[in-house]
Amino acid sequence: MQTKRMTFPGRWLPFALLAPQVIITLIFFIWPAGQALYQSLLREDAFGLRSTFVGLENFARLFRDGSYLNSLSVTVVFAVGTTLLSMSVALLLASTVNRMLRSRSTYTTLLVWPYAIAPALAGVLWWFIFNPSIGIVPYMLEMVGYQWNHRNSGSDAMLLVILAAAWKQVSYNFLFFLAGMQSIPQSLIEAAAIDGASPIKRFWTIVFPLLSPTTFFLMVVNVVYAMFDTFGIIHATTEGGPAQATNILVYKVYADGFVGLNLGSSAAQSVILMVIVVALTVIQFRFIERRVNY
Amino acid sequence: MVENRPWANGFAHTVLIIGVALVVFPVYIAIVASTQAPDELLRGTLPLLPGSHGIENYTQMWLSGVSSTNSPSAALMLWNSFVMAMAITVGKLFISLLSAFAIVYFRFRFRMFFFWLIFVTLMLPVEVRIIPTYQVVADLSMLNSFAGLSIPLIASATATFLFRQFFMTVPEEMLEAARVDGAGPMTFFKDILLPLSVTNIAALFVIMFIYGWNQYLWPLLITTDPDYTTIVMGIQRMTSEENPQWHLIMAAVVMAALPPVLVILFMQRLFVKGLTETEK
Amino acid sequence: MASITLEGLKKTYSGDAHAVKGIDLHIEDGEFVVLVGPSGCGKSTLLRMVAGLETITEGTLKIGERVVNTLEPAERDIAMVFQNYALYPHMTVYNNLAYGLKNRGFKKDDIEKRVRVAAQMLEIEAFLDRKPRKLSGGQRQRVAMGRALVRDPAAFLFDEPLSNLDAKLRVQMRVEIKQLQRRLKTTSLYVTHDQLEAMTLGDRLVVLNAGQIEQVGTPMEIYARPATMFVAGFIGSPAMNMLSVDYLTAQGADGPLDNLPEGTDTVGIRPDDMHLAPPHAPHLILDSTLALFEAAGAESHLYVTLADSAQPTVIRVSGQPPVAEGDTLRIYVPRHALHPFNSTTGQRIQD
Repeated sequence: MQTKRMTFPGRWLPFALLAPQVIITLIFFIWPAGQALYQSLLREDAFGLRSTFVGLENFARLFRDGSYLNSLSVTVVFAVGTTLLSMSVALLLASTVNRMLRSRSTYTTLLVWPYAIAPALAGVLWWFIFNPSIGIVPYMLEMVGYQWNHRNSGSDAMLLVILAAAWKQVSYNFLFFLAGMQSIPQSLIEAAAIDGASPIKRFWTIVFPLLSPTTFFLMVVNVVYAMFDTFGIIHATTEGGPAQATNILVYKVYADGFVGLNLGSSAAQSVILMVIVVALTVIQFRFIERRVNY
Repeated sequence: MVENRPWANGFAHTVLIIGVALVVFPVYIAIVASTQAPDELLRGTLPLLPGSHGIENYTQMWLSGVSSTNSPSAALMLWNSFVMAMAITVGKLFISLLSAFAIVYFRFRFRMFFFWLIFVTLMLPVEVRIIPTYQVVADLSMLNSFAGLSIPLIASATATFLFRQFFMTVPEEMLEAARVDGAGPMTFFKDILLPLSVTNIAALFVIMFIYGWNQYLWPLLITTDPDYTTIVMGIQRMTSEENPQWHLIMAAVVMAALPPVLVILFMQRLFVKGLTETEK
Repeated sequence: MASITLEGLKKTYSGDAHAVKGIDLHIEDGEFVVLVGPSGCGKSTLLRMVAGLETITEGTLKIGERVVNTLEPAERDIAMVFQNYALYPHMTVYNNLAYGLKNRGFKKDDIEKRVRVAAQMLEIEAFLDRKPRKLSGGQRQRVAMGRALVRDPAAFLFDEPLSNLDAKLRVQMRVEIKQLQRRLKTTSLYVTHDQLEAMTLGDRLVVLNAGQIEQVGTPMEIYARPATMFVAGFIGSPAMNMLSVDYLTAQGADGPLDNLPEGTDTVGIRPDDMHLAPPHAPHLILDSTLALFEAAGAESHLYVTLADSAQPTVIRVSGQPPVAEGDTLRIYVPRHALHPFNSTTGQRIQD
């Protein structure tokens, strides 16, 4: 890794400059992560007085545990649903805004602000709209003959949290798609038009393939978002229910650790999540390296 | 655009207006709900137009909060959120600028080691290592304090990387000219590097402020004392009551959303820059 | 003001790359010395070593009587003009000029006075409140000079300061730099790859190649008596033609070649010294065909192919001679215009 051609001399100064960040990192990141790793190898007795070393037993148990496997599959459905929904809506909006000249910035402003809304608030908003007794959407659904109730129906609950999570993420994806489209040289579009491609054909044969780096990047980011940043949405609305239908992994770590007080299992789940984050980060970075070489 | 067909433009506007409507819809509903009388919401379906009780609902929420629980006033919760968000933002910017400066402008032993140490934090969101981190904060007696709310969230590889990236693009000659002009490391940092980084700092400020303001899980765990309740988690507490008072909750939601939304609207250019550059 | 002395100055980068391979040079107080050479010859590295921006691997550097090898740039009492000017973009022109003085703890009114004097000298008073972004290339160049001037340093160091300007402005600034230096009499070390800039600016030239000095001398000494084949090829445009003695002998030009100094196997001939009419002095005669005719106004360049040779050769004549491409030309070269070289050592044979 580079520095400047010329650097400052100094024996202690660089360490002093790094100290605040390094100390905080050690205390609040490295040490807890180590603890999670360590605790994942232990089991506490019923009274939390003694713990014994159990090796990988906590992990083995997890993968035999129906509720954990359920949580895994719930997470997959939730992540895929959120990613697909928010990305496709964002792509549609971005490609439409991109053809506007004068109104582009107005529409952009109107579309980006949900980024500022906390996931928990997004959850509360949608929870309220879909509230079976006073919500407006269940009322409309009832008119077409559908009985909405996310308190009983697992699929209704899942749909609700996906909607809330995707709604908040559209603005983010929209901005990246728009930036990606604006970096495509206009001459390519014009060449395709001269070659006789219709607007829709131009989009799918020129714009979309050239956007693929952005699309791939956003896929990774959205999966990370859906897996880790949506705790608030779940906690403020379904709390994992009904019947664990929306119990995503990151919520389960919290629930098992803080509510269930099963530290060994929660630590093992933490470790698994860390492995997933590391893997996703590596994918993302490898991709960025590739894009730089474009 | 290559061509300009009126019907195509009309169609595009229609798509966008529907999109904007869908995006605005939940917040519109929140505004409508926050202006209704309490019994209006218990009667069944929500009206589609704002009611006339806005001022009293917002005043009540702002001054005293939801009376049935001991949840604090919105004024206090907003203040707490503001303090936490500012502490996180300023703290992140401060430590990231310093460490990026060290990594780019000095050569020293274990430089790569420290770089990787900071890099690792990028991979460990607080949600993932929540319990051991909680234990550390509890052991340090930082529960129910602004220090406990903010300091553990301050370490930020993202900001450090962005500043490193930016510092690398500052021309070499800036440093050389400054040294010929007699500037030492900290003089250079203060007189040259910081002023050159203003736009980047502002862009990151927007992103970090939103990040800090929207913290949820962490305050939920760290604070039990109502005096430290932040607005986002306070709203969750209000909704989990037996009979949620939606007209007040929605007033609180609007107030909670307003500061970060205003930040984005007024600093859109910086926000977009901050967002697209921190992720690259 | 002070002299600058370089003794055995060396720069080695990790990986054994020798950027500068032992330079000895003495620059007199008030002298304007130009370091010239192709890119990668080490001239910029050498200048930066003098400035204190690169560490010195070996050797001694003195400014005045003081050894400054390990001193910070700021402690060496030098000022530098950078290639891309390196103006602080967030400061006004005034503050750009004042920054170095502020860091050195000058009094406020002293700073004010010095900045005014420098600004007046460079005719940039009108821009003092502007940011560099609002200035043209030439104006920025002046500000960069001003930043060096205000400090009244022992020496000016210039790192290709004109290379970012367009051709016309470059000539204008060149003249101004020269006049300024004459007036201030500040010791100056100037790096360029442009041989014309080097010739016109320097009291003395130092021609560098591959980290070593090829020749030191006044511009006219170097032009008239290049010490090596490299210098002969580098200084002067179009470049000097090189012909082997064997070829010339085979062409029957043995008469005037008799008394070339011992060891000569190549002779250099400047394009100006090849004539289309026989001079009075003893001369050689070469036959050639005109391949390309280039009219450049006051002078013309004739690109010819010598008989029985693939060697491209250039002739410079004044005006426009009545010749056409494809013509056979007879070329006359005065005996005294031959520069004797040995191609194995690359050195001039002293005659």
